[in-house]
Amino acid sequence: MDYVNMTVERSKVQLTKTDFESDQMVKWCPGCGAHAILAAVERVFPKIGYRKENFCIVSGIGCSSRFPYYVNTYGIHGIHGRAAAISTGVKIANPRLSVWMATGDGDSLAIGGNHFIHIIRRNVDINILLFNNQIYGLTKGQYSPTTPMGKVTKTSPQGTIEHPFTVGELVMGAQGTFFARVPDNNINMMTEAMFEAAKHDGTSIVEIMQNCIIFADKAHNEVTGKEVKDETMLVVKNGEPMVFGKNHEKGLVLRDTRLEVVEIGKNGITTDDILVHDQYSQDPGIHLMLAKIAPPNYPMVFGVIRSAMFPTYDDMVEEQIKYAKETSKIRNVDDLLNSGDTWEI
Amino acid sequence: MTKKKRPVIEREEVVVKFVGDSGDGMQLSGTMFSDVAALVGNDLATFPDFPAEIRAPQNTIAGVSGFQVHMGSSKIFTTGDMVDVLVAMNPASLRANLKWAKKGATILTDTDAFDDKAIEKAGYKKDPLKDGSLESYNVIKAPITTLTKESLKDLNIDNKTAERSKNMFALGILYYIFNRDLKPSFHYFEQKFKKKPELIQINKVVLQSGYNYAETIEALESVIQVGPAKMEKGRYRNITGNTGTAWGLLAASEKSGRPLFLGSYPITPATEILMELAKHKSLGAKVFQAEDEIAGICSAIGASYAGSMACTTTSGPGLSLKSEAIGLAVMTELPLVIVDVQRGGPSTGLPTKSEQSDLYQALFGRNGECPVIVVAASTSENCFYYAYMAAKLSMEHMTPCILLTDGYLGFGSTLFRIPKMADMPPINPPMAQANDPEYKPYKRNPENLVRQWAIPGTEGLRHRIGGLEKENIMGTVSTDPMNHQIMTDLRAGKVDKVADYIPEQEIDGDPTGDLLVVSWGGTYGAVHSAVQQMRKEGKRVSHAHFHYIMPLPKNTGDMLKGFKKIVVCELNSGQFVNYLRMKFPMPNITQFNKVQGLPFMINELTDKFNQLLEEK
Repeated sequence: MDYVNMTVERSKVQLTKTDFESDQMVKWCPGCGAHAILAAVERVFPKIGYRKENFCIVSGIGCSSRFPYYVNTYGIHGIHGRAAAISTGVKIANPRLSVWMATGDGDSLAIGGNHFIHIIRRNVDINILLFNNQIYGLTKGQYSPTTPMGKVTKTSPQGTIEHPFTVGELVMGAQGTFFARVPDNNINMMTEAMFEAAKHDGTSIVEIMQNCIIFADKAHNEVTGKEVKDETMLVVKNGEPMVFGKNHEKGLVLRDTRLEVVEIGKNGITTDDILVHDQYSQDPGIHLMLAKIAPPNYPMVFGVIRSAMFPTYDDMVEEQIKYAKETSKIRNVDDLLNSGDTWEI
Repeated sequence: MTKKKRPVIEREEVVVKFVGDSGDGMQLSGTMFSDVAALVGNDLATFPDFPAEIRAPQNTIAGVSGFQVHMGSSKIFTTGDMVDVLVAMNPASLRANLKWAKKGATILTDTDAFDDKAIEKAGYKKDPLKDGSLESYNVIKAPITTLTKESLKDLNIDNKTAERSKNMFALGILYYIFNRDLKPSFHYFEQKFKKKPELIQINKVVLQSGYNYAETIEALESVIQVGPAKMEKGRYRNITGNTGTAWGLLAASEKSGRPLFLGSYPITPATEILMELAKHKSLGAKVFQAEDEIAGICSAIGASYAGSMACTTTSGPGLSLKSEAIGLAVMTELPLVIVDVQRGGPSTGLPTKSEQSDLYQALFGRNGECPVIVVAASTSENCFYYAYMAAKLSMEHMTPCILLTDGYLGFGSTLFRIPKMADMPPINPPMAQANDPEYKPYKRNPENLVRQWAIPGTEGLRHRIGGLEKENIMGTVSTDPMNHQIMTDLRAGKVDKVADYIPEQEIDGDPTGDLLVVSWGGTYGAVHSAVQQMRKEGKRVSHAHFHYIMPLPKNTGDMLKGFKKIVVCELNSGQFVNYLRMKFPMPNITQFNKVQGLPFMINELTDKFNQLLEEK
């Protein structure tokens, strides 16, 4: 099948960060990870190079979802959990828009879980920035679907008794074609992942491990903290071996059906034995394993884990309409009204 | 074709109902019978009556499926109360429908289906064809299954296929009774079974055999003749309410130049609109079957923001799920058409039965002060027009509009005089122009309080909207108390001002009198017929049937003052009547209600009206 590869119109002039700065006061708490995400978006939009009028940001409800107000593009601040559905409508209606969605772990994985899995399944070409701070911030500190089990929050005074979602696992389960995980304390990595997401045709999920300084401060520190990150973060790059550690001395290998951490130079292991990352692989098997592993037995994997090419929903909509217009005898509503069985009186 | 001259009984109108097991092909027989009636120029209305289950157990009451045809040589307003001819293919269908047969009605039965087991399953103690209980009817007892198989024996057809065409044998008998030409049906078979030519011959043979059999046994001594109706000149077609709604939306999209987007989720009895629109991609319709009702409406809101004529279609329970999102469309002041094909409620209620009980929900069922335009269609035919008007009002006034139809209108069909698109009223959405230096998201046209529609991608109009309260004119987030008051008043005022753009309420009859009968939506046919009957008897009764519910036509209050008594008839416990009382607190407003999943019968209405006229 041929796809109409719709391209978003590019800006004739080089845009800068200031083209996307809104005049609204940014009301996130001082020190909130969302500020860094905003900075990354303002940096990546000019780099992507589309006309500024062709960006549209859609959000749901929660701290993350105030995002559209802070970027000078077209935007809708929706209702709780429904950003994926609203985005889908925007993109189908006008595939020439670059649609971005700002959402959180509560917005997309709890109340909006249904829309989240279905937008991924359909592969609508939307870039989803999922602010994962493992807590409900705007309602002041209740546990969310990504809060680690046992965590004490305002609604779990004895610790939560729920198994948390791993975002990447959910994305792969829903047949996701793009998944990246980034920390909010590394603007370069965020910007690169967002750029890759923009390049990818289909639903792109960028999970941002975001810090809520008030209600779940340092929730990601065990992984992304400066002191530990060399040992706990593995940043994948396409075509490169999956190594980590202060001196890149550790790596991942596939043994039987499982990933295993090995040390290069020990037990005869060389760099050649280490798995090489293929983000474009259609088969999600390794991607799923990469998305799932976490300390203490493994590092957590960051960067673009999966970016596989599959037809997008919006392209196929256009294709079907094009075909219908070329082949149908019904070209306008008068034709329709007079089609089939009619008679004169 | 007729060999002997039979005496002719002229009838102004006749109601025929085909009933049998679901799977007996009653919908097809009924449709073919009504198509032939349309061809000879009868006016008609039809209604399919089927169970919620796809195939309920065979020969049970629960599994009875029916199709009713009301045809006439005068204007037909309803699908008919009582039946003149009942085709009952098994005991269960007879038992379930005998109450609708007029005394003296002709009942055609398949005696082969009346075996002991089926009789018992239907809940009969004795065979109704033999126990004398049908003496007051004219019963034609035909071994239809046997005769069907017999007629096909030269064709080497398997038993199952042969049995399946028994509905055509019954239809052949009816064609004889009504002296209908078989040729159009032959032609229909040729079209329908192009890819299965063996079925063309089977159906032709069986239909002809049924006709011949009726002639041989002289099924009725006379021909029932229903002459052509006097109808306005023009091109006609048969249309169901749901198809009409779908086409009305397509027409509004073409007229306004805004591409159609439908975000919907399947739900009885609204699904046909979604299916119909899915067929018309050649007209640019983008149809999105969402994962749930909420995604249906939310995708439509996204599409509306992006500049599409956005719609969502549903029925009562689905409208409940959409409530919060309707609020978002009200707050963002985006056009959106919400079609509610009402069914019996609450909860899952009676999915295949009709009711008018979603009116409160349409008017009030949201959080906050959240007014929307509410419009109601009244016939299967005018679903087209009111869907068009709902879209026009919604786009021109930048606010959601709920169109109420119901299961009877949606599934039922009437003749439809085909309009020309050139004659449809213009639709001019308030589009913002690129680089307009004056553009502000909530700047309004002072005449109708409508804001402009600025579409993403347009140069110089970047803006953000959302569910948080916005500052008047500028559209930035605002929690200012006075601003909230202003915006609340503006949103209400904008909907109120729609009254300047809709026609005044018409009265059918004199503007003053003893009784004004008020109705709205799908009850038009029955209420109109009942009032006409009263007026023929010289009674001072008039009828006002409302299509525009929110806002009401401007003359509504004055109109009500012309009558001693007012009675509001609706298929709910009194929702429109209370809405009227709220707007026009008058002591003489009474009500007549029915919540049985059934339409009004003309005689129950006239009984009520007579009682009101007699009471002092």
